[in-house]
Amino acid sequence: MSWKHKHLLGLESLSRQDIELILETAKSFKEVSSRDIKKVPALRGKTVVTLFFEPSTRTRISFELAAKRLSADTLNIAANVSSTSKGETLLDTARNIEAMSVDAMVVRHSLSGSVLQLAEGLKCSVVNAGDGCREHPTQALLDMFTLQEKFGRIEGLKVGIIGDILHSRVARSNIWGLTKLGAKVTVCGPATLMPRGIEAMGVDVCYDLTKVLKQSDAVIALRLQKERQQDKFLPSMREYSRLFGINQAKLNEGSDHLIVMHPGPTNRGVELSADVADGKQSVILDQVTNGVAVRMAVLYLVLGTKE
Amino acid sequence: MAVVKIMDQEAIRRAVLRMAHEILEKNKGVEHLALVGIRTRGVILAQRLKKAIKDIEGVDVPTGILDITLYRDDLTLVGTKPLVRETLIDFDITDMKIVLVDDVFFTGRTIRAGLDALVDFGRPAIIQLAVLVDRGHRELPIRADFVGKNIPTTKAQNVKVVLDESDGKTDEVLMED
Repeated sequence: MSWKHKHLLGLESLSRQDIELILETAKSFKEVSSRDIKKVPALRGKTVVTLFFEPSTRTRISFELAAKRLSADTLNIAANVSSTSKGETLLDTARNIEAMSVDAMVVRHSLSGSVLQLAEGLKCSVVNAGDGCREHPTQALLDMFTLQEKFGRIEGLKVGIIGDILHSRVARSNIWGLTKLGAKVTVCGPATLMPRGIEAMGVDVCYDLTKVLKQSDAVIALRLQKERQQDKFLPSMREYSRLFGINQAKLNEGSDHLIVMHPGPTNRGVELSADVADGKQSVILDQVTNGVAVRMAVLYLVLGTKE
Repeated sequence: MAVVKIMDQEAIRRAVLRMAHEILEKNKGVEHLALVGIRTRGVILAQRLKKAIKDIEGVDVPTGILDITLYRDDLTLVGTKPLVRETLIDFDITDMKIVLVDDVFFTGRTIRAGLDALVDFGRPAIIQLAVLVDRGHRELPIRADFVGKNIPTTKAQNVKVVLDESDGKTDEVLMED
């Protein structure tokens, strides 16, 4: 089993073996974060740049910590202070950064496919940290890592993905990854936020949250992206929360081992009630911890791999 | 390709037993003693030394597993990244007498990586090195404290340690041209 990819652009293009290798490698890196000295010299002398054109705290910090714990040097560039705000194109900005001998670029951008374009135009490794509504591969990988940790397997697990499926790159990456690893995925959300033909990705569609909670081993509640709701997809937040928000009473309908996941940031009282977010069945903070290990694995594997 | 058997199952058993005695003699017993095996076959040899020490002294010494992949000095040179596996040291190594265990002692680069990895876990009182086979050709100023067998080799030759637990075959040490 060996790794042959110079970039990580999405889970659609990875094989089951590739995904399993990342998850296996991440196990070793989780141990590194538990040490007193949380640093190994694996990427000494490498430079990793995070280039974010959308707001992010968790993902950017997680990538930065991952790179630092591998002894790479890191640099953060936020879009509002970069020269794209002066009219430079995305590829030009990236090429200029690359010209300063950068080894990997971690990119988030609001346009689907922008990261693919960068990967084609650059010589360094490109890691997708979320591109539009397309993919957010490391989030799905850390979700899968957390599932594997909690259940010991992914094959055969029943996973529900709840919320705004239409705009969610987290949902798409998770669907690609989970179905490749043999999980049974059901998506659930308002009909206006359900992409047509999503069944073709190998998932079931259900509009009844209680039914999904009853049948699932784990549910991933998606963040309701308020910034993308201008087009009147929803009559009101209150209605959304009543029909698709998870509270303890609804959760009690499901099995005892049901776990609740959320990619963050959580809109408390919308997707999850406070008692669920902080409750025993929530693994949200485990997901955050595992995110660093998974991103260490990804950076370790892509950096230096020649295509 | 000529293959010569250097050690058989019995020879390996006796060498491990002797090394266990030497470790106990040099460290005056088992107090603060711990073993750390380097993946993959060093881990098996550490387990065998642990058992031999238990048979002699009646004490289980703490034993850990070290994966040195992330500390290799050629990591940026190899095209495909080697598989990283978990390091498992569930005891505090600070002020302990640590015996690092590996199968074949060659250039010394693996041991250098192992030493770097180990000191990231704490500050041992002393680190000693036990190897089943010392084949020479050091590229670093490192020596072994306990050696199962010294084997003169040319640099081009290959020394292969076969152990039941990892290879599913009868123990032996082979030298290939």
